[in-house]
This record gives sequence, structure tokens and C-alpha cells, in this order.
Amino acid sequence: MSTETIEAPVAKESESLLSKRRKKFVTDPLNDDNPVTVQVLGICSALAVTTQMKPTMVMAMSVIFVLIFSNLIISLMRNAIPGRVRIIVQLAVVATLVTLVNEVLKAYAFDIYKQLSVFIGLIITNCIVMGRLEAFALGNKPYDSVLDGLGSGLGYSWIILAVAFFRELWGSGKVFGYDLMGAIGFENFAANGLMVSPVGAFIVLGFIIWVQRSKTGYVEH
Amino acid sequence: MQQSNRYIILFSLSLTIVLALLLAGVSQGLGPLQKKAQDLDTKKQILGAIPSEKEALADMEAEQILARYEEVISSVVSDFQGNLVDTNEKGGPMVAEEVNIEKNYKKSVEDRMFPVFKYNANGQEAYIIPTFGAGLWDAIWGFVALTPDLKSVIGISLDHKGETPGLGARITTDEIQARYQQKDLYDTNGEFVSISMVKGEKTPESMLGPNKVDGMAGATLTANGVNDMLLNYIGYYQKYFDKQVRGKALTMNNQ
Repeated sequence: MSTETIEAPVAKESESLLSKRRKKFVTDPLNDDNPVTVQVLGICSALAVTTQMKPTMVMAMSVIFVLIFSNLIISLMRNAIPGRVRIIVQLAVVATLVTLVNEVLKAYAFDIYKQLSVFIGLIITNCIVMGRLEAFALGNKPYDSVLDGLGSGLGYSWIILAVAFFRELWGSGKVFGYDLMGAIGFENFAANGLMVSPVGAFIVLGFIIWVQRSKTGYVEH
Repeated sequence: MQQSNRYIILFSLSLTIVLALLLAGVSQGLGPLQKKAQDLDTKKQILGAIPSEKEALADMEAEQILARYEEVISSVVSDFQGNLVDTNEKGGPMVAEEVNIEKNYKKSVEDRMFPVFKYNANGQEAYIIPTFGAGLWDAIWGFVALTPDLKSVIGISLDHKGETPGLGARITTDEIQARYQQKDLYDTNGEFVSISMVKGEKTPESMLGPNKVDGMAGATLTANGVNDMLLNYIGYYQKYFDKQVRGKALTMNNQ
């Protein structure tokens, strides 16, 4: 087993489904332990899909889904997985899960499949998914792992949605495809080409990290 | 927890077998449904090259789309020299909808089959031709609807396998596809020049002229792929057009 796996405090038998300890699994990754801005994971997808709000939303929902279910499956299997091959086992489970969803969508919801299929590679290689499996699901019970997956997914989602908001607004004057700049009186809004390129994501992300860390006082050791 | 090598090998083997069976089973089981969905999607794209049809498609059920397709589209298959082909490799009847453009793309141009879809509804006629090429990351393809005189574009539908969402993937949006409507394939000297997408976005219409369309910011490489694809494929069909259309009186649905 990884030495970095956190063993959460052992829960009492009668712990409520949303005890304080469990709430922290969901709320911590939103700010204090955010996967993108604090752990700096999942940066590549944060750059790739955040030029517009709509694809970002699709990516956010897909990652939340995959995080929850891969955490659940790995957590159920955690006592059987041999330590020395755990990474490849995690990868196999994540890749299978994502491919399964893709196949089902292809048969029953072809339009959604067409939208999502470009994200498949990005989801499988998203470091947050593997990171949570490695750091949490391998050492914790299924229900706690589901909550952890939900928390990390939401933490990732709000950051990439925030980045996408600024990139789409400055890059093309729109929000969710709606011409916001035009609507508030900037008829001839000059789009900023830098925001559309990946560099724009770095700059916006940098600002978000700056603001967040000056508020939380988090320092890199 | 240190397991024996035996356990690790057995675990890996059984996991591989379980996952492989699961994936293979799902893929096999869903195969027919997926093919049906794929066929429907192709027909939607062919119809979608006509702007008025595309609007109607949004509110139609699968059966209605298939019925509409049967009603307004007739098709033929041509070879590179412009001769019509009636039988496929297996000796059965050649069906334009079954010609796999992607597989044909891998053959040399002279050996490819070129399906032509003819649209005829409410007095409006069009030739719809498939196109296929390479975007930035993976395949891109589309259907172009040409006016009966073959000089300009009525509409276009574009699709892709793996272009970047929000950048190159924008070729699937109505916003981008509408830019091709009413553009001309020939320049003022009557030379075939196809239609090209320029670099950069928000170019004024006056600077574009009849042979160019506005670009997509941040997706110039995908745009280049679309440009090459249109130039190549519309070019390939010129022999068919010369032999079967321009040479004859315009009797579109008599063949």
C-alpha cells in the first residue's frame, strides 16, 4: 500500500450518514484542499476544455460521475488489490468504467455520446481521479469514498467553471454562448485572443490561486 | 500488505479477463443499437446540410427523420472517373448510404467510391456530397449541399471525432456552419477555388468576399483541415459533375 494513503479516523458503528467528519470529505476539497488550486492536479484538462462554459459543464459532470463510481469500486476492492500492481488496477477500472458509459451512451443517446466522446481521454488521464483512488479509496470504506469523490469532483468543477467563465467572457464576450458583453452595452467588444489559447487558462488560474491563497493563508512547503 | 507473486499474477489475470469480457459483452450486445444510432446520425447529417431541413430536424423523432430522408433524398454512387457504379465489391447492389467514407479515404483517390445524395423537395434541388479529412487531432467529415448549377453552397454540416471542445469542435455548431451558406466555389475568373476559412475571427464580411468564410479564434489548424477537406473532395467530384450533370440536361431524379 502507498505510504501516503490517509487512514481516516475509524468511524463508530452508529455514525450518522452526514456526520461532521463525513461532511468534511465533501467540503474540504471545495476550498482548503482543492484538487486544482491546492493539490495542483487535473491542470491539463483545466486548460483544454475551459474555453467555453458549455463543454466545461459537460466535463465537470462527467468527472464527478467517474470520481464517485471509481472511488466506490476501488474502495469495495481495496482489500483484494495487491499493493504492487495497484496503479494499473486503478487505471484498468477507471478506463473500463469510462468506456462502458461511452458505449451505453452511443447506443441510447447518440447526441450526448458525440459531445462526450472527446472528453473520454481527458477523463481517464485526469490526475484527480487516480489521485483520489490512491490517496483515499484504497484505505477507506465505500460510503466515505463516495463522499470524497463527490467533494473532489465539486472542487474541481467550480474551479474549471470559474476559469471558463472568464475565458469565454474575455475571449469571445459570451457566457454559455449568450452574448453578454453585447447585452450590457459593449456592442463592439474586442475579443482577447490570449484568453482562447491555453495561456489564458494559466493566467486566470493563477489569479484564482492568488486570491484563494491570500484568503486562506495557505503556503506551499 | 505484501502478497505472493502467485496472487498478484492470478489477480491481474482474472481482473483482465473480467474487464475484457465485460467490455466485449457490452460492445457486442449494444452493437446493433449503436449501428442504428450511427445510421440515423449520418442521415441527419446528410439532411442537415440543407439549412431549412436542419431547422426541422430539431423537433423530429427518429422515425420521422428516416421517413423524411426516404422522401426527399435519392442517391447514386460514382467512381473517380465519374461513371456510375451499381454493384458493390460483393456483387450486391451498391447503396450510397453504406459506402464507408472513412474506409474509402484510406484507399488511393482513383479507387475510392463517391456517393452522391440528391435532394429534391418543394421545388428546391441540391447535390449533397460527403467529405472527409483530417482535423488537428483526428478525423473530420461533413456533407456539403451544392446548388443545382454546382457553383455555390446551400449549406454544410460538419462533424469531427476529437477536436478540442470550445475550439476546433466548434465546427459542429450552427454558428460556424451558417458561415458557408451562399458562398461560391468559383472565383470571379470562373476558376474552381473552393471555400476557405480564414485565420482569426470577427473578420468583416466585406474583407471575406464570396470564396472565404470567417475563421475560428484558436482553431486555425482545424480550419485548415476543413479547407483541405472541402478543396479535395469537391475537387474529386468534378469528374462526376462533368460527366453526369453538366453534360446532360438537368434531370435530377431520372437516373
